[in-house]
Amino acid sequence: MAKRIESLQIIENKHLNNDFFIIELKGNGQIPEMKPGQFVQVKVDGSPGTFLRRPFSIHDVNYDRNTYKLLVQIVGKGTETLSKLKKGDSLNTIYPLGNSFSLPGKGQRPLLVGGGCGIAPLLFLGKYLKKNGYDPDILLGFRSRDRIIEYNEYIELGEVFLTTEDGSRGEKGLVTEHPLLSSSRYDMIYCCGPDPMMKAVAKFSIEHKINCEVSLENLMGCGIGACLCCIVETVKGNLCTCTDGPVFNTNDLKW
Amino acid sequence: MVKLDFNIGDLNFKNPVLTASGTFGYGSEFDDFLDVSRLGGIIVKGTTLEPREGNAYPRMAETPSGMLNSVGLQNKGIDYFERNIYPKLSQYKTNVIVNINGSSIDDYVALAERINDLDHIPAIELNISCPNVKMGGMVFGTNPASTREVTKAVRAVCLKKLIVKLSPNVTNIVEFANIVQEEGADAISLINTLLGIAVDIHKMKPSLSTVTGGLSGPAIKPVALRMVWQVARAVKIPVIGIGGIMNAEDAIEFLLAGASAIQVGTASFIDPQTSVKILEGIESYLVNKGFNDIEDIIGFINKPC
Repeated sequence: MAKRIESLQIIENKHLNNDFFIIELKGNGQIPEMKPGQFVQVKVDGSPGTFLRRPFSIHDVNYDRNTYKLLVQIVGKGTETLSKLKKGDSLNTIYPLGNSFSLPGKGQRPLLVGGGCGIAPLLFLGKYLKKNGYDPDILLGFRSRDRIIEYNEYIELGEVFLTTEDGSRGEKGLVTEHPLLSSSRYDMIYCCGPDPMMKAVAKFSIEHKINCEVSLENLMGCGIGACLCCIVETVKGNLCTCTDGPVFNTNDLKW
Repeated sequence: MVKLDFNIGDLNFKNPVLTASGTFGYGSEFDDFLDVSRLGGIIVKGTTLEPREGNAYPRMAETPSGMLNSVGLQNKGIDYFERNIYPKLSQYKTNVIVNINGSSIDDYVALAERINDLDHIPAIELNISCPNVKMGGMVFGTNPASTREVTKAVRAVCLKKLIVKLSPNVTNIVEFANIVQEEGADAISLINTLLGIAVDIHKMKPSLSTVTGGLSGPAIKPVALRMVWQVARAVKIPVIGIGGIMNAEDAIEFLLAGASAIQVGTASFIDPQTSVKILEGIESYLVNKGFNDIEDIIGFINKPC
């Protein structure tokens, strides 16, 4: 699948709350086929402190509308600049990049586990799983009730279980403390979220011999395997998060 | 047609736009974005005798108008290169140059000898300026005696064109340029990255696992340009300018200051098509200024009025 560099028009920039927003981009020609787990390198113009591109997971793809979406959390100057972009503005993107999540074996039960901004690739993944005949359950963790985002989108894909750190909705605590995880109902776990969360889910999966894939978010220079900055230590040596990942099987990671 | 080619000895480059080692992989990473064969040459990732895993993560930090890296020459070694990478590289219709690195003079010599056997590699770039390895690299390139010794030793065995890549982390760059010229280098490329650090104030720790790293990007351009200007005036061999070149205007500054060619580095991370855009930009600059031969603008700022 050829990677491309294109300036795409923003057809919507929807703010979910003070921290999160979703940018929907329209393809110039027909957008290429994209796979869940893949990401986009975005050039941030008008932000002097932002020198390098910023990587974002593909949140959703709509081939009929010829658009794809990025779910972005404001964490610094670059993302703050992006948050202010309006419908009609253009965004220079390099996409689709990286590998993708793999499908579970026939008849296997998948669980999606996400936290905070890590839920970004899981919507596209959930839709892809459903399309391929799987019934995923979804476990999402947030800090508190008012930080919950995209809930309505996820309930269309399967049963959604929530945790909040303050207990204001769903189970109190972290996703790894949710009884669902230890129910051993699942054959395949897909996880994306903060590193400590992914490490905890990976540890659980390895202990219980459940296949588990995580999507990593290492600091990237180029996104195309040229700079070798975003490496992760694996049993196969140092690999690039951008080209060998961002999705890794936890059995391969030296965590 | 504007004449864009230049020579290092009898080795012809069809144009002066090359890509800097460590920023362009092995070319194939960029195949989706441009026709690599349009470039004057590519300098592939720094290669060592043995495979190297490089430094621990994090090995990159964004800085004002630039970035620090401490990749540490991660590569799969010369055997793997010869078996798996070289055959693909041979298909590019451009000069493919290997950047060689060693921990000892013997390493550099052994690598140069290995490259002698590779027909499709017309030149090596002797990297005595990598700031991110404990042994070798910049240790050679910041000491005049070691610079002389390693250049002489490699020259004695190297059947290819020999380009020596200098470190900016020295007091007098011209001294080093003169030494490598005296020892038989065919060209000089400069500058490698400037040694720097960044601190993460939230974690209250250095941003890089190695603490120090090499600074690249537009932040270093004026320093690079000054050193290229100094060296180009001092030596007779061609000088290849490197350092923060983001667009054709930047590249032209280097040519006017005395560089016969340039290397595009960090800019390729942000726009993988930068190198071809620079090539097109240089060509239209020459046309607009009424020059038929790029040679006419090399070192133009040094010419008497």
